[in-house]
Amino acid sequence: MKGFTRTSRIGFSRGALEIKQFNRQREAVVFTILFPLILLFIFGSVFRNEIAPSVTFSQYFVAGMIASGLVNSGFQYLAISIPMERDNGTLKRLRGTPMPLGSYFIGKSVQVLYSMSLQVLLLLGCGALFFDLQLPTEADKWLTFTWIILLGTLCATILGIAFSSVPKSGRSASAVVSPIVIILQFFSGVFFIFSQLPDWMQQFAAIFPLKWMTQGMRAVFLPDSFATQEVAGSYELGRIALILTAWSVAGLLLAMKTFKWMRR
Amino acid sequence: MRGLRKSYGDIIAVDSIDFEVESGEIFALLGPNGAGKTTTVEILEGYRKRDSGQVSVLGHDPAISGLDGMNWRDRVGMVLQDSSDGLDLSVEETLAHLSGYYSKPRDVDELVEAVGLSEKRKVRVHNLSGGQRRRLDVASSLAGSPDLLFLDEPTTGFDPKARRTFWELIQSLRTGGTTILLTTHYLDEAEALADRVGVIARGKLIEIAPPSTLGGREYAKATVSWRDESGELQVESTDEPSEFLRGLLARYEGEVSALSVKRPTLEDIYLKMIGERT
Repeated sequence: MKGFTRTSRIGFSRGALEIKQFNRQREAVVFTILFPLILLFIFGSVFRNEIAPSVTFSQYFVAGMIASGLVNSGFQYLAISIPMERDNGTLKRLRGTPMPLGSYFIGKSVQVLYSMSLQVLLLLGCGALFFDLQLPTEADKWLTFTWIILLGTLCATILGIAFSSVPKSGRSASAVVSPIVIILQFFSGVFFIFSQLPDWMQQFAAIFPLKWMTQGMRAVFLPDSFATQEVAGSYELGRIALILTAWSVAGLLLAMKTFKWMRR
Repeated sequence: MRGLRKSYGDIIAVDSIDFEVESGEIFALLGPNGAGKTTTVEILEGYRKRDSGQVSVLGHDPAISGLDGMNWRDRVGMVLQDSSDGLDLSVEETLAHLSGYYSKPRDVDELVEAVGLSEKRKVRVHNLSGGQRRRLDVASSLAGSPDLLFLDEPTTGFDPKARRTFWELIQSLRTGGTTILLTTHYLDEAEALADRVGVIARGKLIEIAPPSTLGGREYAKATVSWRDESGELQVESTDEPSEFLRGLLARYEGEVSALSVKRPTLEDIYLKMIGERT
């Protein structure tokens, strides 16, 4: 118990420090937060056609971009920035202190939750202002929104940490990680309507969390009647919870086992 | 540590190294680049695994993990070779955060004062000079009031003045009772700071001795030089410089022109020692 409170105390102190550092790195802020907004404006402006009664592609796209926001500010950001921290000696220094590894994970989660919130607020605001995104009025939709965002952030953070052991160096990390994210976005119903993708692509995407996150966001921001257009004929909220939890648990076990403090 | 051994593939980095460091002592590991200093220190710090041998640091094997490992690291401070992390934080923020990790944190004001960074406490790390950055590294390693401090080539790239200031800082730590293991390739640094010096070359420990007696320095031949009547410089190498001087003084009246008596410097001894190995 004492170890637990110590781990979380140091973890939240790390979170505050990570946020401070993140805010001071202008490029990182611009890249992780503004890039999805630019994509939103490009795709949202080009494809304004209706894809179902009273549902436009830009509404569909905003829901997908919010889900992608979790992957960008969680998975992509961490899988690139942790190898950089390994190169510049941050991790080696921490390894020499009595900081628990769990505190490092908590600190990263806090920072991701922060940058992800900024991004989601911006996407929601611009979506509602310029692309007819309907902000839900029912309390239970906001409840769904909250748990999917929180579980999705946790999942993306853990997988980002777990994947950070794959790139050999900070310089190569971006080249390894970015294509994976972009391909998943194409396969998972962000850039294209998921139900119109070839079967094999749908089945492949269903293995990974992003597909389930986009589906969850559609459950929040598109009308209930649109659920019949989904591959399964419903938004499958229960299955979303199950799959994101499974990935989080598996990712955490993997991260604890394979986390690399030093470049080898 | 006893019989420490570590190899990378076919290359043996460290081969059967034995030494003991007393509590409160400053012990310097001296050796050319690639001799195995950093490998040795990183094994002692728990960063690297050894192939064989026994190591005990503050009563524990540094390879321990989990809660025991955390308790062990609570008592140990480490200054690593070149680091470039935390550039966007200020001196004060860095130290205040780190001290939150330890059970006996040192006061941040006191730390900043001790390393002479009071003027810079609000400055971001990327705006510090090399020497200031290094002093922050030392302050960071002291944040938990460690019983044992590792300093791996702490003054590489310092100007002479910064080096002197740094030495004073280290000496003040010794006064405070901290045990220090230092690696360096600066002979004057080892001589100024260390109680004992261990010389490493090609992964082997050649000798351990206080700087004044290393390599038989105290018994080594002295060189006496002076200018004779005709104005020519004379040089004599002797085992008995005192006896030789008496004769010399008897020979000349008044001042002996350009007289000097030189013992070999630590550097001479050291170069001879590592030269024999290569």
